[in-house]
Formats: sequence, structure tokens, C-alpha cells
Amino acid sequence: MSFDVPDDCRYLDSHEWARQRNGTVRVGITGFAGEELGDVVFVELPQEGDTVQQAEDFGVIESIKAVSDLYAPVSGTVTATNDELIDAPELVNEDPFGDGWMIEIEPASENELDGLLSPAEYRDQIE
Amino acid sequence: MSLRQPPIDHAAKQTDFGGWEMPVEFDSIRTEHSAVRESVGKFDISHMGEITVSGPDATRLTQRLTTNDVAALDPGEAQYAAITDESGTMLDDTVVYRLPAGDDEDFLFVPNAGHDERMTERWRAHRDQWGLEATVTNRTGEYAMVAVQGPDAPELLGDRTTVDLGELDRFELAAGTVAGVDAFVARTGYTGEAGFEVLCAWSDAATVWAALPCQPCGLGARDTLRLEMGFLLSGQDFDPETNPRNPYEARIGFAVKLDTEFVGRDTLEGVDVEGPAEKLVGIVLRERGVPRHGYPVETPDSETIGEVTSGTMSPTLGEPIALAYLPAAYAGSDRSVRVRIRGEPKNARITTPPFLP
Repeated sequence: MSFDVPDDCRYLDSHEWARQRNGTVRVGITGFAGEELGDVVFVELPQEGDTVQQAEDFGVIESIKAVSDLYAPVSGTVTATNDELIDAPELVNEDPFGDGWMIEIEPASENELDGLLSPAEYRDQIE
Repeated sequence: MSLRQPPIDHAAKQTDFGGWEMPVEFDSIRTEHSAVRESVGKFDISHMGEITVSGPDATRLTQRLTTNDVAALDPGEAQYAAITDESGTMLDDTVVYRLPAGDDEDFLFVPNAGHDERMTERWRAHRDQWGLEATVTNRTGEYAMVAVQGPDAPELLGDRTTVDLGELDRFELAAGTVAGVDAFVARTGYTGEAGFEVLCAWSDAATVWAALPCQPCGLGARDTLRLEMGFLLSGQDFDPETNPRNPYEARIGFAVKLDTEFVGRDTLEGVDVEGPAEKLVGIVLRERGVPRHGYPVETPDSETIGEVTSGTMSPTLGEPIALAYLPAAYAGSDRSVRVRIRGEPKNARITTPPFLP
């Protein structure tokens, strides 16, 4: 099975993606992670205004069979959360890089994204 | 230690279960689960043990090691039972099949994955201790088991077996062929749906499996299906080491026949008279979250009164459900409790399994 790894994102070893858009960084988990977890049934996210730290957990994702922490790709302030996931957590499986996004972060510094995995590096990791 | 392999090469995610490398998920748990509730699915359950008992004292030996009434079984009938020790603690649960007339063996019972060697030893040790004449054979490596479960299971299997499924009541079995190979077909299962379990030779399992065109299901869906029915999982909802329970606590008193003689009977008679101090209850969360094994259950005043033994998000109900042993007063009540999930107390209510109406 081959998984979508969009070129406009950066990645964490723990399978989160980060995409820069209009000064904020949007965060979700990859299709590979969604497939590994199976049916996602619950996502616990921070509130707008909360601060998150790079490589530290910002939330929890639960599938029927497993529970897993979510890690922040960059440090900063949460400016938006995807409330659609409250009633439709399955969006994480169905559209991981689109409607299944989780939070947006206003980064505290400019260059934290540069240290993350490139799409090619992440593809190597999940092959 | 290497994991024991099932007889069929499955293209599925695998998991270690009771020393076996078994498929956990073929497509998605939700897809597999709803196939069984709405139409039909198949499961490779070759990790379950098969032990045969035959000879002049086969009935007496099995009667004295299981809680149900083995002597009441006619050929072609089966019953659910617990296997208890002297203190009434459940070592395992099992289905005892009295094989159809004409078979060389008298009984076949099915212990849970990884328990086959221990139970074979238990039967032999007691046979010798009691001076009984019986042959006990562990056939776990010879028999494979494929479950076909769901409302469309009778039609699907009926077209592929010589056994007249219409004549087969629940907890009955018959010998015949499935997909042309010799098999026992039993009307038993672990899903709460209509369905069958096919026992065949290990080398024929792939033939039986391939002949059943329906959704393949893994252990993930097997777990959500059984949990919605409140069926026990050995080693998790009870375990002689980590969670010692007797059948009354575990709500399977219906499988205990005190008018028979078996190991643990006298202790259990006392439990039956006095009532168990704790009972297995169903819990439905009123908030979002998934209750899981080991999570504490508390009163609204934050007093811990038990812990979750099994829990999941019910695919059928869309609600988080769990089993837990709580003080007996909670059983049958609609009292409010809380399940502590990652430090946060979540409101929940007590219910009586099964969770499905």
C-alpha cells in the first residue's frame, strides 16, 4: 500500500504533518498514521489560545483499538482547532491532509519547521 | 519464543494473541463489525484450543472439571462452561461439544488461545489422581476453526455444506462436509448473531476459508462484537493470576450446575447462597472518550470502586462501553459512576449487559 505524502508539508517521526499557510502552521496526522490506528473515534485537542511546545504532546487521538498522543511540530499559540472532528472524527481517516486537520499554530519562531522531516525523508521512514 | 501461525496466510495486520500471530484487522474494525451485524463475516479462530476426551470415563472426567452438566449432553450437543479451581476461581471458559454419534471421540472442548497445553495437563493430572479411564488428546495443531457469523450466515454456509443447517439449533453440532472437506459444523459463536463455527483439519482450513465469499474479520472486530454482547474474554475479564473471579461475579451463573460434582463446587455453593461481593456490570459513558482495560471506576464522590476490564467505542451504538467489576449493589441499578480517563473523570451510567437491545 502506498500512502499520500504531500510535498507541501513537513513531518515528524511520530507521523504528524505541518503545513505553512498565511503565517500559521496547520497540523494533522498522516494517512499512514490513520491507517495504522484504524477507525478514529475521538480526538482531544487544546483550546484556542493555549500554547504548545515543539515535540511535546498537544492532544490525544483514540481509535477503536488504540490511544496515542499527538505531538506538536512547532512551538507557539493555538489559533484554531478543527471543531468538525468533535462529531466526525472519522475525517482523520478519510481526509488526513484536508478536512481531517487538527489545529493551527502561530509559531513562536520562524525556523522550527526547517528541522522537521522533508517529504522524501518521511516517505523513506514509512516504506 | 516464536509465535504460532494460523493455517491460513492472511493479508492483514497481525497481532500477538495468546502466543499466536493472528490477524487483527483486514479492512477496518468498523467495516468488519457492521458486516457481521448486518450481513455476514468470517473469522479464522484457529488460535482456539481443541482437546478431545474419550474412553469409559470421559463424561465423568469432564463433568468434574467443568461447571456445567456434561452428563446432560446428547451426541451433537454443546454447552458453555467455566473451568474452576478448588476456590471457585475461573481458570478459563470453554465450550464442551459432545461429538456426534459414530465419531471415535466422545468430547471435544475448546479452551482459549494459549491455554490448550495447561488444560490438557489439568485433565490428565485429574484423570490419574481420580483413577479414571479416559484418553485426553491436545488436537490444537490438528484442528482449525473458522467462524461464519451474521444474519446471512445460514444462507452463505448452507449452500456450501452437506449439514442441514435448518435442523441445527443453537449449541448443536453435526458432522458433514464444508466446501467438500470433512468438518464439524456447530451453531455456536462469540458475536451475538446467528452463525456457525466450522471445525476442520488444519490442512483444509484454507479451502474452507476460500470457499466462503464474505467479509474477512480480525480479532479487532471479534472483540467489539463480543463486548457489545457482554461476553467474557478469558485473560482479560477474568484471569486466575491478575483478576481472579468466580462465575457468579462474572455473571455466568447460568453455566454453573451445583447439582453436579466438580472442582470448586462447594465454594461456589457458598457464593451462590451469600451472593458475590462484586459483580460484572456494563458501563456506558455519557461523555466523549474511550474506556479501556485498567481505567479506574469511581463514585461521583471520587471513591474508587473498581476498574474497567474491557472497553471500547461500540461501533453499533456509537457510544463508549465497558465492563467492570463493582460492588454488587451497583449491579442492576442505574447509578451514576465515573470512569477516570487519563486523569479526567468522565460521567457514566451503569447498565446490564448485553449493551445491544
